[in-house]
Amino acid sequence: MVRIKVNGEFHELEVELDTPLLWVLRDHLNLTGTKYGCGIAQCGACTVHLNGTPSRSCSIPVSGVLQVDIVTIEGLSSDKSHPVQKAWIKEDVPQCGYCQSGQIMAAVALLEKNQNPSDSDIDNAMTNICRCGTYTRIRKAIHSVANVSGSKT
Amino acid sequence: MEKLSRRHFLKSSATVAGGMMISFHIPAQDPSQETMIGPVAPMTTSELNAWLTIDPDNTITIRVAQSEMGQGVLTALPMIIADELEADWRDVRAEHADVNRSIRQAGVYKRMLTGGSGAVRISRPYLQQAGAEAREKLIKAAAETWGVSRQECHADYGKVHHKATRRSVTYGEVAGLAAQLSVANVKIKSPEDFSLIGLPKPRLDTPEKVDGSAIFGMDVRLDNMAYAAVQHCPVLGGRVRSFRFNAIRNMPGVILAVRFDNGIAVVAETWWQANKAAKALPIQWTIGDEGKTHSETFRNEYLAALGTQGTSVLKQGETLPALEVSEKIIESDYLVPYLAHASMEPLNCTAHRTDEGLSLWLGTQDPESALNAASKLAGVAPEKVQLTNCLLGGGFGRRAHTDIVEEAVQIAMEIDRPVQLIWSREEDMRSGRYRPMAAMRFKAGFDLEKQVVAYTNHSVTHSILRDLGAPVDNGIDPTSVEGLSNMPYEFSPKSITHTIKNTHLSSYWWRSVGSSQNAFAMECFIDEMAEAATTDPILFRKQYLVNRPDLLEVLEELRQKSDWNKRLPPGTARGVALHECFGTIAAQVAEVSVNNGKADVHRIVSVVNCGNLVNPSIAEAQIESGIIYGLSAALYGKITIEKGRVLEDNFDTYHVIQQSEVPIMETHWLLSGGDKWGGLGEPGLPCVAPAIVNALHKITKRRIRSLPISDYYLQRA
Repeated sequence: MVRIKVNGEFHELEVELDTPLLWVLRDHLNLTGTKYGCGIAQCGACTVHLNGTPSRSCSIPVSGVLQVDIVTIEGLSSDKSHPVQKAWIKEDVPQCGYCQSGQIMAAVALLEKNQNPSDSDIDNAMTNICRCGTYTRIRKAIHSVANVSGSKT
Repeated sequence: MEKLSRRHFLKSSATVAGGMMISFHIPAQDPSQETMIGPVAPMTTSELNAWLTIDPDNTITIRVAQSEMGQGVLTALPMIIADELEADWRDVRAEHADVNRSIRQAGVYKRMLTGGSGAVRISRPYLQQAGAEAREKLIKAAAETWGVSRQECHADYGKVHHKATRRSVTYGEVAGLAAQLSVANVKIKSPEDFSLIGLPKPRLDTPEKVDGSAIFGMDVRLDNMAYAAVQHCPVLGGRVRSFRFNAIRNMPGVILAVRFDNGIAVVAETWWQANKAAKALPIQWTIGDEGKTHSETFRNEYLAALGTQGTSVLKQGETLPALEVSEKIIESDYLVPYLAHASMEPLNCTAHRTDEGLSLWLGTQDPESALNAASKLAGVAPEKVQLTNCLLGGGFGRRAHTDIVEEAVQIAMEIDRPVQLIWSREEDMRSGRYRPMAAMRFKAGFDLEKQVVAYTNHSVTHSILRDLGAPVDNGIDPTSVEGLSNMPYEFSPKSITHTIKNTHLSSYWWRSVGSSQNAFAMECFIDEMAEAATTDPILFRKQYLVNRPDLLEVLEELRQKSDWNKRLPPGTARGVALHECFGTIAAQVAEVSVNNGKADVHRIVSVVNCGNLVNPSIAEAQIESGIIYGLSAALYGKITIEKGRVLEDNFDTYHVIQQSEVPIMETHWLLSGGDKWGGLGEPGLPCVAPAIVNALHKITKRRIRSLPISDYYLQRA
């Protein structure tokens, strides 16, 4: 029996301790917004936040996140109102959409750390793979969030 | 049971925040919704024709027969119907059409295959007709209700109006009556009357793709569902000799193993358990001579086959004597490797065999073939197979194949529970269906004035059609010579020949199909010819395209938009390529430099003529998408064979480009209008590799004649 905290809620689960967090989220908690793309932390489709840090949940055993605040795409907002989600909608970023949960989680983490990322900051932080090639709009959306929040300060 | 499991899916998908395009409308029961014009308002959804329904609250649901795999069909195709319908776009939602219905009702959705950049290109006329007929029914219904002539009424923004009496009625109010009417000889609009087509409307599927609620095949959750993973023979064509289930029987969650000819599936309570057990399962294989092959052997065999005569595809005049008297002859061989599709969502399919029939949930580009394959395997009549086509996490051709469906059905036959089969990324990448390997030899003869006096081309290609069992008796697979047999340049005499050469690997449709390899070789050789003729590459192309004003126009626009004649910093160069496929002309200029032995692509300027655009925002995204997919292939893409096994099995070995490598992309439209509605999913891709390689030659003075570019250590000359 393990106890994990996902999107502010505690869950007690019967699960082998070596099970990657990704599969706990998807198969045990039915939080299917976090995606399986490679299983080896290469593609970023499974990106979630662990205590605010973007992390690739396919390669982290559930035993490693027992004392951790886990946030998934479903926990970002209940109504698509997170500024990054709004920017994604405004720029019409997704194509197939499969990688976008991970892209958004990576972008949110980047913008929390760096309110006005440069292009090279984006290059360094956004290593998630998109086979549809939505990269240009992802970059535009991140800049647009930076501009909105920048104008507030 | 059948109905029950379907409902379970809908219920459970709704719990993951609203579901996707699949949902039902609860019929309105409130009699106060009756309208001022009388009780014509339906209490339930009204179907105007197979393509669309209208609810009392004016919600219009448009069925889309092509599969949403990122290319925007769930928005673009509804725009075509809604334009004719004179709908208020805010009322429109979209869903995948029901393939079971198309099978029961004699192909009511016509073409359900997604491929060949054909969604708009092929279905536009009958979608316009469907929208126009529904509009006419609504106008007729309102006119009858009012007791006025149809000619006095018109429709716009989801309402029918009677101008003389200033009356109007919403579509929702007359839909019930309209659904009972029939209309004939309905004309579609003239392009100048389009109200939606041509506008950059936001995609309808974007909102559910930013909060994780979109349902892809892998996100289907059913009560009591089990999961399956598979271990295939590492050598394609190999067979299972024996396996030892006892070795994994006691692993957590394991339920059973199912034997296929070429692999074993393990079913468990969760996918992680299933995959862990599948990887641990000891399997003995029977592997034939294919286990002795290497990429190197293939390359040598393909190049050797270039020296054979081949089958004639096209012959104009006599090339041999013309070459004999040529002042100068150039000859080059080109080679491209097999490529994986590597969609972001690994292949998966959920299946449930019940007493009543069979239910399937997956994202497929070919729902009819999937349904029929499942029906045959399970021995269930096609009309008793329900297939829910989910969103596709990428397709690129790969998701038209039925292999994943056939495995899922075989598993479902062995277990009294719904089961979701997921291929691990490794299985997805190693288990075949690659973009064909090909070799091409080109020869050109020039006279004293450096004019082309002879042209020959022989291609040796792994045939997709032969892999699919389709007849290629005449020795030519037409999909293998796309872009070679119909190349636009006026060289005479010319001879184009072809040889089919298949290996133990299996090949399949891969974004832009034959054009993906042929445009590379063809357009690079054209640059070699231009160099031999000491002519600027764009001028050279123009010289031999005199009878193709459409291509000339695109090239000239590209010359201007790409700053072709402007100086670049030392070490940077521009390369050009031109190609026509799927009814669309695309030409690109790539701006490239060389750093640390590698190509650095800075900018790609495209000029595209697809005739007409439905949605410029989606269209631009599709061109960029093709460029990025083509860029990954040009720079890094290759499948390597060692002892018959595919070495690349994940994104650490099969490199694809990331954010940091994305060039500036500028897309310019040169739309000729008229009846031309060219495809856009694929034409952005073919020119990428040749444009880059042609630019690199200017920097390195060395010709790259095989892909990927990363096989070469590049140096400035």
